[in-house]
Amino acid sequence: MSTCADKSRRSFLGKSAAIAGTVTIAPGIFLHQVASAKPDDEAVTQSVRWGMLIDTSKCEDGCTDCVDACNTENGLTGHDRPRTDTQYIRKVTLREISTGHELSLPMLCQHCETPPCVDVCPTGASFRRKDGIVLVDKHICIGCRYCMMACPYKARSFVHEKLENQTLSAPRGKGTVESCNLCVRRVDNDGIPACVEACNKGRHGAMIFGDLNDPDSRISRALKKHGGKQIRADLQLNTGVRYQGI
Amino acid sequence: MINRLIQFALFLAVLALLPAAGAIAETPFPTIHVPEGKGVKCVQPEEEIKRNHMNYILHQRDETMHDGIRTKTYSLAECINCHVQPDKNGHIAGIESDEHFCHSCHEYAAVQIDCFECHADRPQKYIRRATVKATSEQGLREVLVARGAESGGMK
Repeated sequence: MSTCADKSRRSFLGKSAAIAGTVTIAPGIFLHQVASAKPDDEAVTQSVRWGMLIDTSKCEDGCTDCVDACNTENGLTGHDRPRTDTQYIRKVTLREISTGHELSLPMLCQHCETPPCVDVCPTGASFRRKDGIVLVDKHICIGCRYCMMACPYKARSFVHEKLENQTLSAPRGKGTVESCNLCVRRVDNDGIPACVEACNKGRHGAMIFGDLNDPDSRISRALKKHGGKQIRADLQLNTGVRYQGI
Repeated sequence: MINRLIQFALFLAVLALLPAAGAIAETPFPTIHVPEGKGVKCVQPEEEIKRNHMNYILHQRDETMHDGIRTKTYSLAECINCHVQPDKNGHIAGIESDEHFCHSCHEYAAVQIDCFECHADRPQKYIRRATVKATSEQGLREVLVARGAESGGMK
């Protein structure tokens, strides 16, 4: 199957699915948006690039809905050691000195187009999937933690201790590095990441997930209309996660 | 002469006992618990899957990880869904237990498996999923200071 034909087919499927699958619970708040329908036996292609848009003006200071949802989805229980406990997503408060203005935003793996973590990985465990999701193949990760040092966003964590009761959706184990995987299993099954789902459910609607390559997707339309900044855009990593209001 | 006869008789007796002693020392064949309730056949003939299951799973592993192919036929999760079922008392044998489908054979063959260091050793419905609240660090303590747009800081 040619990539071109594949793309047009997907775009058609995406549009029809979006019409059928989007439920509006309030103006501007979508409960569920299906961007594309991929059969189980089909490999992901670069015709899609998954991304996220976060509107910091809607992100409430003190709210940790997205973090809670992520922890629950991935079974991220800590040992009460904040410096080394695993985090895929965390809330950061930004304070501007001159004005004292504060804003709160969720920080996670930015799913760069040219990820420094992939550059430095000696085994190829840290890789970028064709659809833009940056992952760690824990089967070949040797736990050297170069990627943790290379990441400008402090997005990665190392599992220091033996784990038990991992969830089916998130296999994780001692001696490997891990980070946000955009809930890749959900995405492959036409779902959206747990954090975005929780943010929408909590009526904040600060996070949009979708296909950056599709000009008709909600995220692309929002980016076209209101713009979206990359954090540390000077590094020219072309991040998949964009922010508004920073 | 009688002594020699006795010695010979003893030698014969020892020879006769040796196979029995060998049988006692032999590791008993593992008890493989046939999955109950499902009543479906394995995805490959038994002999084939016994010898080559690792290749099927390894192949699927790379396809799933790197290409997002999530067919169920050779998925480890599906092996577990079928082969790990609760016993009559509703108890699920974990990977450390001799009763676990994978463990019983691998213990016998002295082949260590690492799959379950990360992967769930039981079907999803038997995993308790706890709600995990954010720690204070993940929540709000991290405060970054920006000097404003023109001087850099958080771009």
